[in-house]
Amino acid sequence: MTSPPTQADIDLEIAAIRAAREGAETHHPGRDYAPYRSTALRHPKQPLVPLKDPEAAELTGPVFGVTDVTALDSDLTRQHLGEPMGERITVQGRVLDREGRPVRGQLVEIWQANAAGRYPHQRDDHPAPLDPNFTGVGRCLTDDDGGYAFTTVKPGAYPWRNHVNAWRPAHIHFSVFGTAFTQRLVTQMYFPGDPLFPYDPILNSVTDERARQRLVAAYDHELSTPEWSLGYRWDIVLDGPAATWMEEGR
Amino acid sequence: MNPTPSQTVGPFYGYALPFPGGGDLATGGVTVHGYVRDGAGEPVPDALLEFWQADPAGSLRGAPGTLRRDPVNGAIIGRHGVDFTGFGRVPTDADGRWTLRTVVPGTGYISVCVFARGLLHHLYTRIYLAEHPFLDTLPPERARTLLAAREREDVYRFDVHLQGEKETVFFDFG
Ligand SMILES: [Fe+2]
Repeated sequence: MTSPPTQADIDLEIAAIRAAREGAETHHPGRDYAPYRSTALRHPKQPLVPLKDPEAAELTGPVFGVTDVTALDSDLTRQHLGEPMGERITVQGRVLDREGRPVRGQLVEIWQANAAGRYPHQRDDHPAPLDPNFTGVGRCLTDDDGGYAFTTVKPGAYPWRNHVNAWRPAHIHFSVFGTAFTQRLVTQMYFPGDPLFPYDPILNSVTDERARQRLVAAYDHELSTPEWSLGYRWDIVLDGPAATWMEEGR
Repeated sequence: MNPTPSQTVGPFYGYALPFPGGGDLATGGVTVHGYVRDGAGEPVPDALLEFWQADPAGSLRGAPGTLRRDPVNGAIIGRHGVDFTGFGRVPTDADGRWTLRTVVPGTGYISVCVFARGLLHHLYTRIYLAEHPFLDTLPPERARTLLAAREREDVYRFDVHLQGEKETVFFDFG
């Protein structure tokens, strides 16, 4: 293709792949998802090699502690002298394993665009304003219930060059550790009712509607603070096996 | 419970995930370095590699403190150099290149988790610093992709090929 694809071209590709996978309960995106064009040269073509070894190092994983975070890390609105622009929100939830057990004391990291849809990154040339009072990076450790919580502002949608008129729905990037390296997760949290959902090849790389819904936070009025912030809830379930000796904690 | 789906790390993690000294797990040990390349053989300048490994005695307990912070200004002051945290994180540079300084793990391999723009779900591989019985379980031309090349004393080269003729072996832990 000589000219970049249009949204209509991408829509057709998204629909065709979805139809081909209709009814299949898959959890994760396929790595060879053509509508997200950068995947073309960046996915392996050989099948993954199954590795089932109870001694594998990957069944354990890095540990973090109170020295690795500071109290301010989880409030992205207090990291500068002034208040950032935008709609103040809280995002909270629990990190669980596939058995529903809380993942305790593990590191959750987030990053996001500011309210105008701009990242403070040299390669983000979207002509939306930077906010001197917002960097958009947060960290915390999960508590004994696997809980995490961040205060931030709602990120803006932003354009990218996947195709003509490509826009990312508003999202917060999440990086989460489990007790095992196999449980590692990097993902994106979306906001309910975003009109950009059907157009976005990254969200739609998750072809199963039920799985896609698991990437969308719920607005929870109980979590909103009067005269202050709107509350969203988003629980995270980590995939992958972990060593059984980890059960005793460490 | 059904898992939360993966999504790409995207292009803009650079001010959030990397941290000073991310690839310096230990001094006085070995240096492992290499490139991340795509299916056209081009370097991937926006990949992020994470490393997890045993200590020289083979312990996989790790230790907190990889991201140790200065409580005064919040800056990352990093590992204190006494406990071995076992964890490292390195973004590729503009040349698609990365460097890790660590000690030889008692298990013989360093676990690697690969993230990149354009990669919707991370990939796991391993760096073996010497021949190992596990490598004999794979076809030789594939096993070769997991074995670091010793360039000189204590310096090893390991390239990650996401796709193509030299495609690295990536694992499924099920
Ligand atoms: Fe983003």
